[in-house]
Amino acid sequence: MASITLKNLVKQYGDGYPAVNNVSIDIADGEFIILVGPSGCGKSTLLRMIVGLEDITSGDLLINGERVNEKAPRDRNLAMVFQNYALYPHLTVFENIAFPLRLGKGKHTEDEIKRLVTDAARTLELTDHLERKPGNLSGGQRQRVAMGRAIVRHADAFLFDEPLSNLDAKLRGQMRSEISQMQRRLGVTSVYVTHDQTEAMTLGDRVAVLKKGVLQQIASPRELYEQPVNLFVAGFIGSPSMNFLPATLEGGVLKTAIGNIGISVDKATAAEGKRVVLVGVRPEYFEDASMVDDAKRPHGSTFTAELTHTEWLGNEQYGYINFDPDPEVRSLLDSLARDMDADELRPQIVVTLDAASRIRGGRPAELWLDTRRLHLFDPETGENLTRDAEAGAALTEEANTARAEEIANARGREGANA
Amino acid sequence: MKGSRTKERVVWTVISIFVLVYALFPVASILATSFKEPSDLTSGKFLPTNWSGVNYEEILVGDAQGLFLSSLWNSIGIALIATFIAVVLATLCAYAIARLDFPGKKLILTTALAVSIFPVISIVTPLFNLWRTIGLYDTWPGLIIPYLSLTLPISIWTLAAFFRQIPWELEQAAQVDGATTWQAFRKAIVPLAAPGVFTTAIIAFFIAWNDFVYGISLTSTEAARPVPAALAFFTGASQFEAPVGAISAAAIIVTIPIVLLVLLFQRQIVSGLTQGAVKG
Ligand SMILES: Nc1ncnc2c1ncn2[C@@H]1O[C@H](COP(=O)(O)OP(=O)(O)OP(=O)(O)O)[C@@H](O)[C@H]1O
Ligand SMILES: [Mg+2]
Repeated sequence: MASITLKNLVKQYGDGYPAVNNVSIDIADGEFIILVGPSGCGKSTLLRMIVGLEDITSGDLLINGERVNEKAPRDRNLAMVFQNYALYPHLTVFENIAFPLRLGKGKHTEDEIKRLVTDAARTLELTDHLERKPGNLSGGQRQRVAMGRAIVRHADAFLFDEPLSNLDAKLRGQMRSEISQMQRRLGVTSVYVTHDQTEAMTLGDRVAVLKKGVLQQIASPRELYEQPVNLFVAGFIGSPSMNFLPATLEGGVLKTAIGNIGISVDKATAAEGKRVVLVGVRPEYFEDASMVDDAKRPHGSTFTAELTHTEWLGNEQYGYINFDPDPEVRSLLDSLARDMDADELRPQIVVTLDAASRIRGGRPAELWLDTRRLHLFDPETGENLTRDAEAGAALTEEANTARAEEIANARGREGANA
Repeated sequence: MKGSRTKERVVWTVISIFVLVYALFPVASILATSFKEPSDLTSGKFLPTNWSGVNYEEILVGDAQGLFLSSLWNSIGIALIATFIAVVLATLCAYAIARLDFPGKKLILTTALAVSIFPVISIVTPLFNLWRTIGLYDTWPGLIIPYLSLTLPISIWTLAAFFRQIPWELEQAAQVDGATTWQAFRKAIVPLAAPGVFTTAIIAFFIAWNDFVYGISLTSTEAARPVPAALAFFTGASQFEAPVGAISAAAIIVTIPIVLLVLLFQRQIVSGLTQGAVKG
């Protein structure tokens, strides 16, 4: 059990490129932290710095309050699942998992090793493969062996580098809940790198969003989703991602390509003085106007737009609206897309509609937009002008409380079983 | 689908048989000859009329014994020492080339290649003069040193190529698992590197074992003369008899260590041992 503190960590590789730039995170004992960000943003590098495989260029790394910058990996007692598994090909699955136990000479008896390894193998459904070599296993099985090697010993913290990226959807879901429950049960501090939105949103207590080595925001998934600090976080979190609509603000009304949207006074004052703003609207803030409750209707604004087409998914449907941005705004959208790893951000709005909605593509349709929840962004700095820091903090606080309860429950069950 | 499979198999079998015959026919011929009596040598038949061990007797206990056994001893000793030194040096060198980034890395590899394409025959005369002056002529070191020039380059190249394929992240994984630097190397890397080192050792041994030009030019007595050179000094029972039988018998005997080596280390030479370590 350990708390991990990152203080202004910087990593510069030989070519001077700062892969990790001034990152500070306080990870509490037992906390589950997720690192997300586009490919190449320094997630693996940060993890490798924590575990001791990468020298720290500047800044401090503390485990349980003790500075460990110069400590060798083995003295940090952390377990890691590598992005590319890193299994020992000459050893069987059993020996691969037993490897960390055997290194602590005399610490474990042969019987103990056998018990621990079979336990870990059972959790990971590897029991049938214990005598096989990694070379003969499927990608998913290898990944589970790598997990087994990490969980078999009592490490102070777990570090996961995209541990589920090679599994099929079903197994991934299964492993995700397995990891989540295991982490709660053991209460082990964990840092988890992922690309996957679902993993990021469901697993972590807090999610840290990185961009080009710089920490953008660290908060509970709900705070990230509802109160992002900037365009990048807003666009990166959520799937389908947030729509960005260029708009001019005139007297409390946003003039956009899809029509005029009236907004509340405090939002309008927050954006005062900006000629152009980007309106961030999540797809689910839209609705088929005919299906909105009368009680809800006054909280939003209704407009008419033509959808190019709709996609019916059973539980909901997606509709698409094209719009024509100014060239200036267009280049901004493009650079934003590049930051987020997408080829281009199409001048297109995605809206989520009720599955029962009769709206179809090619005809003008009445849509309703919940204006309470939209955000306004400064197109130059990307800053969220309408972020409510207090509401955000409250969301994270809420998540913390729920979390503490869950851990207590899990431990209580454990105690009852024992 | 199935038809093309069997067809493919047939084609491969035919090709394999052809290659086997092509490669093994000379060996079989020498084997047969080594059992022929001197009078039988010119019979023109493939198999001996009478299977006799007279040639083996001659080189192992008869007239040619001194010449053959001492050269066998020289060959074994010199080839083993040259191999050992070459493999140790090449392992260190290849490790550095595969793992470290240092200026002149390319230069080392190119130099190694340049040395190995230099024709042996053009070096041998200056070497002969030099060795005579400094007293290395007709000694074991006098052969070991030029053998290193043959075995080192190829060893460095093979090992560097091999080491580059080793997933070195395993060393880091082991360190995270709690190993010291040395333990990580010994438990995660050495088992993967061993097959490459063995394979290289065998190649190096073959090269030293098979050399003729240095062997004949840089030796003059039984003090250092290796087998391939000694064979040239075999004489028949009389002046008018060709020593073909004895040479064949000696050739068969010197093939045995090679066959033994390969059989012995067959398990170590298996390739693809690193498969499954990392993704992709
Ligand atoms: N050994 C190295 N030398 C120089 N630059 C490196 C090295 N390793 C990584 N980098 C650079 O550091 C940056 C961050 O790399 P890192 O592997 O941490 O990314 P990542 O966020 O894990 O990406 P991915 O999601 O693709 O795994 C990249 O720009 C990469 O090019
Ligand atoms: Mg990575």
